[in-house]
Amino acid sequence: MCTLEKRGDIFYLTLTGGGEEHRLNPTVIASLRSALREAREQSTRGSALITVADGKFFSNGFDLAWAQAAGPGTAAARDRLDHMVSLFKPVVADLVSLPMPTIAALTGHAAAAGMVLALSHDYVLMRSDRGVLYMSELDIGLTFPDYFTAIMRSKVGSPAARRDVMLKAAKLRATEAVAMGIIDSAYDSAQAVLEAAVRLGGELVKRKWNGEIYAEIRKALYPELCGMLGLTNKVVVASSRL
Amino acid sequence: MCSLEKRGNLFILTLTGSDEHRLNPTLLDAIKSALHRVRSEATASSALITTAHGKFFSNGLDLDWAKSGGPEINPRIQLMGSKLRSIVKDLISLPLPTIAAVTGHASAAGMIFVVSHDYVVMRRDRGFLYMSELDVDLPIPPWATAVIRAKIGPAAALRDVLLRSAKLTAAEAAKLGIVESAHDGAEETVRAAVRLGEELLRRKWDGHVYGQIRMEMFSDLLRALDFSENHVASRL
Repeated sequence: MCTLEKRGDIFYLTLTGGGEEHRLNPTVIASLRSALREAREQSTRGSALITVADGKFFSNGFDLAWAQAAGPGTAAARDRLDHMVSLFKPVVADLVSLPMPTIAALTGHAAAAGMVLALSHDYVLMRSDRGVLYMSELDIGLTFPDYFTAIMRSKVGSPAARRDVMLKAAKLRATEAVAMGIIDSAYDSAQAVLEAAVRLGGELVKRKWNGEIYAEIRKALYPELCGMLGLTNKVVVASSRL
Repeated sequence: MCSLEKRGNLFILTLTGSDEHRLNPTLLDAIKSALHRVRSEATASSALITTAHGKFFSNGLDLDWAKSGGPEINPRIQLMGSKLRSIVKDLISLPLPTIAAVTGHASAAGMIFVVSHDYVVMRRDRGFLYMSELDVDLPIPPWATAVIRAKIGPAAALRDVLLRSAKLTAAEAAKLGIVESAHDGAEETVRAAVRLGEELLRRKWDGHVYGQIRMEMFSDLLRALDFSENHVASRL
């Protein structure tokens, strides 16, 4: 479903399950929560997280096929979708409150909940030769859960870009996404993205930041999103490194 | 500590001395006092320029003073933070345009103080704007983050300033829209602030209307500044 590995100061979270498209079904979501909990428990000063996925997809979103298997277009199908929406919300909360910098290294498509997963990270790096970012909801006929909109508002700064992403269901290649300020940087190949992510991770862990303080600053940066995720600010006591 | 002079309708508040202008209670009280005088002496059309002598505009809160009271540094940090928060509120409600002429480094609380002004002009050849807190393990109170959020637009820029402790030169800050213009040397920076001040004075705006509009623009920030106050009080 997903694996968590530690190499030096960097945690590597790899999406393996959910089929080739790494669909976010309840099992994959539970596995993600478990991995993030482990990373949180094992975090020390100067840690970082890099999230990757193998194959053509980072994640193509919720497992709509599983939802439809309950009976196409039925209330039962709708229930399954709602279930995934509410199960996934704590994953976003976990990432937004994780006591270390987070990097998403996209080597494939990230759509809908998959794009939300990517944007829940502090830094998003993506390959430019292949793959798109895509909020597919409008094309499929689904509305956005409130926390999806909040992520878009927090991470997609320009009104024009938000309009294109949410109201135009734009399929964005990496270079476009960089120009729109949605992701940080684009690279020629999957290998180059991974190497850049490791380099960035290395730079960030060298700063030896206190993870608790990092997380509190991050939460204060996204108050609307945190409100929706049920995350509150803690008062962190300043330490003797001053 | 700080001096206040008047040139025509321009008030010039200067952080004096060639030290780091660390924001300790004495300096913070002096600044608050100066702003109080500005508010009461301002005529219908005035403007404020805040500047500093020496290599530093302000290098933040006085951490040495915080540590000198014994191992429990938080009460002193909170005292200074609370005084700065009050100054930020004053700046947002001040009935006249405000310009920070940044002639040296402004970091942490010093950067908060700078960006609480309406306009920032900065020296190009020397000096950084820098939220240094992460690098020294200092938490940033949510009200201070709210100030940065109110003044920096792009999501990536906010992330770099707050979560990456980016050191911004004047040119970089100008690109992010934090700084109006960059100038060579301290004197030219202050001259540019004076030119900008005089340009704004020529518009003959009613200061009270100006202050009201600014408060509306930053209503979210004002709420965050007030909320923190109550929030902290409830923990006492």
